Amino acid sequence: MTVDAPLAPGTARKRRARSRTTLTRSSGLGLGIALTWFSLLVLIPLCLVVIQSVDGGWETFRQTLTNPQTAAALRLTVLQAVYVTAINVGMGTLIAWVLVRDSFPGKRLLEVVIDIPFALPTIVAGLVLLSLYGPDSPLGINVANTGRSVFLALLFVTLPFVVRTVQPVLMELDRDVEEAAASLGASRFTTLRRIILPSLAPAITAGAALSFARGISEYGSLVLLSGNLPLKTEVASVRILTYIENGNEAAAASVATILLLVALAAIVLLQVLSSRVARRG
Amino acid sequence: MGIEIRGVNKNFGDFVALQDIDLSIPSGQLTALLGPSGGGKSTLLRIIAGLESSDSGTIEIEGLDATGLPAQKRNVGFVFQHYAAFKHMTVAKNVAFGLEIRKKPKDEVKRRVAELLRLVHLEQFSHRLPSQLSGGQRQRMALARALAIEPSVLLLDEPFGALDAKVRKELREWLRRLHDEVHVTTVFVTHDQEEALEVSDNLVVINEGRIEQIGTPDDLYDRPASEFVLSFLGPVTRLGDKLIRPHDIDITRYEHAATATGRITRWTRVGFEIRLEVTPDDVLHPDPVQVIVTRTEATALQLHEGAQVWLRPRAGAESVVS
Repeated sequence: MTVDAPLAPGTARKRRARSRTTLTRSSGLGLGIALTWFSLLVLIPLCLVVIQSVDGGWETFRQTLTNPQTAAALRLTVLQAVYVTAINVGMGTLIAWVLVRDSFPGKRLLEVVIDIPFALPTIVAGLVLLSLYGPDSPLGINVANTGRSVFLALLFVTLPFVVRTVQPVLMELDRDVEEAAASLGASRFTTLRRIILPSLAPAITAGAALSFARGISEYGSLVLLSGNLPLKTEVASVRILTYIENGNEAAAASVATILLLVALAAIVLLQVLSSRVARRG
Repeated sequence: MGIEIRGVNKNFGDFVALQDIDLSIPSGQLTALLGPSGGGKSTLLRIIAGLESSDSGTIEIEGLDATGLPAQKRNVGFVFQHYAAFKHMTVAKNVAFGLEIRKKPKDEVKRRVAELLRLVHLEQFSHRLPSQLSGGQRQRMALARALAIEPSVLLLDEPFGALDAKVRKELREWLRRLHDEVHVTTVFVTHDQEEALEVSDNLVVINEGRIEQIGTPDDLYDRPASEFVLSFLGPVTRLGDKLIRPHDIDITRYEHAATATGRITRWTRVGFEIRLEVTPDDVLHPDPVQVIVTRTEATALQLHEGAQVWLRPRAGAESVVS
C-alpha cells in the first residue's frame, strides 16, 4: 500500500497526482495509519482464514461442506439468524419508536434494560436462558435441545442492535415533515410508508446487518441451552470448535470462510434493499 | 367566506396561548399575523391548519366548518419555517407528493408539477435532492408543494425566518407577486414588521394571545390603536407626553415654539441615516429623545454632537398620547 510518494514540488507528476486525489500530507498520513491498522486487525487475519481453508486443496473445502453434519449446522445457523433478524427489524423499530415518541413511567428504566443483552457476558445469558427455559423451567417452558433454543438465544442477544441504530435517527427526524405530509392529505399509514420508513431504512439496515452478523457467529448464549446435538441443534460456531479440537484446522477455516461469505452477501443484500426502500418514497 | 375564527381559546398547561380569538380573514387576500415571538400567532395558524386543536371555538374555512376535521381533510397548504422537505425525494417528487396521494393520473401529475416548478422558478432543479438546494430554493419548493393540492387557503409559518436578510427581502417581493398571480387566500405569520407591512393586504397584530388590532398596513401604521401596536410597527420615542416616531420629529438649531430642547448626546451614522439622541433640559422629561434625520438634512442644519437643538413633532405626524 503506497499512500503517498515523496515528490519534488512543482514537478509534472505532482500536479497530475494532485488533480486525481484530494489528499493533503496530513490526511494522507491519517489514511495510511487507518489502513495499516485495519489491515493488521482485519484484512490479514481474514485472508489467512480464507487461505487456510483452501490450503489442503479444494478437496478439503468441498468435503467439509458436503459433510451432512456441517451442512446441517450451517443451514440451522443461517436460517435462525435470518428469522431473528427479520423479527428484530420489526420489533426493534417498534421499540425504538416507543422509546423516542412516547413518554411513559419507567421509560428510563426500559432504556437501560434494552442494553442488558449488550452488557451481559454471553455465557451468563446462556445460563439465564437455561434456567428459565431449560428442563427445570419455573415457567414450565422447556425448549432445551430443540431448534427453538437457538432461535431464543439469538433473539435475546441481538435485541438491542436495531433499537440502538434506529433510535438516534428517529430522534433527529423532524416532526414538521410529518405535519407537512398530513397537511398534504397523507394518512398516518402513508406518512409512515412514504416518509418515515425511507428515512429510517439506512439505520434499520445497519441494525439488521449487525444483528445478522451476531446471529451467525453466536456461541456463548446458545451453547448451554441448545445441547449441541449433531444434525439438530448444533450451530456453525460449535462446529468450528469441534473441528479445531480434532486438529482439522483446514475444515474449521472452511466453515469460517462460508460464514464470512454469508455475512458479506447479507450486508450487500441489505444495502440494496435499503436503497430500494429509500428510493421508493 | 375566507376563514372565520370564532371564540378560539388555547392553553398549554398554565400558559394561555390564545384567548377569545374572533377573526375574519377575507378571501383571496394576503393577511399577515404579526406579533412578538411567543404571542400565539403560530399557534393560531396551526389551529387553522388542524395541526393543533383549540380548547374551544370554531374554525370555518371557505364556508365549511373545519373545527373537527383532521389536517388531512382541511385542504390547506402549509409552509414551515424550516422547509420540512422530504429529504429522500427529488424536488419534483416533493411537489408531486400531494397529487400522488390523491391518486391523480400520472400525466396530469407530471404536467402540474412542471407548471408549479415553473411558477417558483425551479424547473431546472426538478431532479435535485432538497439537500442540494439553497434555503431560498427549498422554501420555494415547499411553497410549490403546498400549492400543488390547490388548497383553499395557504398558510405560511414564518416562511422566511430561517433565511438571510437579502434572500428574505427577495422572497417576500416574490411572494407578493406570486400572490397577485395565484390569488389564493393566504395567511402568513411573521414577527418582522417590515415584512408584514411590505407584503400584506391586511395585518392582524397579536400579542400575549390576544388580537391588538386588525387593519390595512396603512391603518395600523398611521392610526395605531394602542401603544403596543405603535411601538411594534416601528421605532418609537417619547417627546414630551407623546409617543412619536423618531423620523417624525422636526429638529432645528434655532429657538422656536418647541416641545423640547436639549443637547445632542449621541450620534450614530448608519448609511444615509443618522440616529441622534437628544437629552432634554426639561427636568420633568429627562429621558433622551431619539431622532432620525438623513445625512443631507444633518449637513444642511449643521448638526453635530453636543449642539443645542429644539424639537417638535412634524406637521402631519402621528402620535399617541400616553
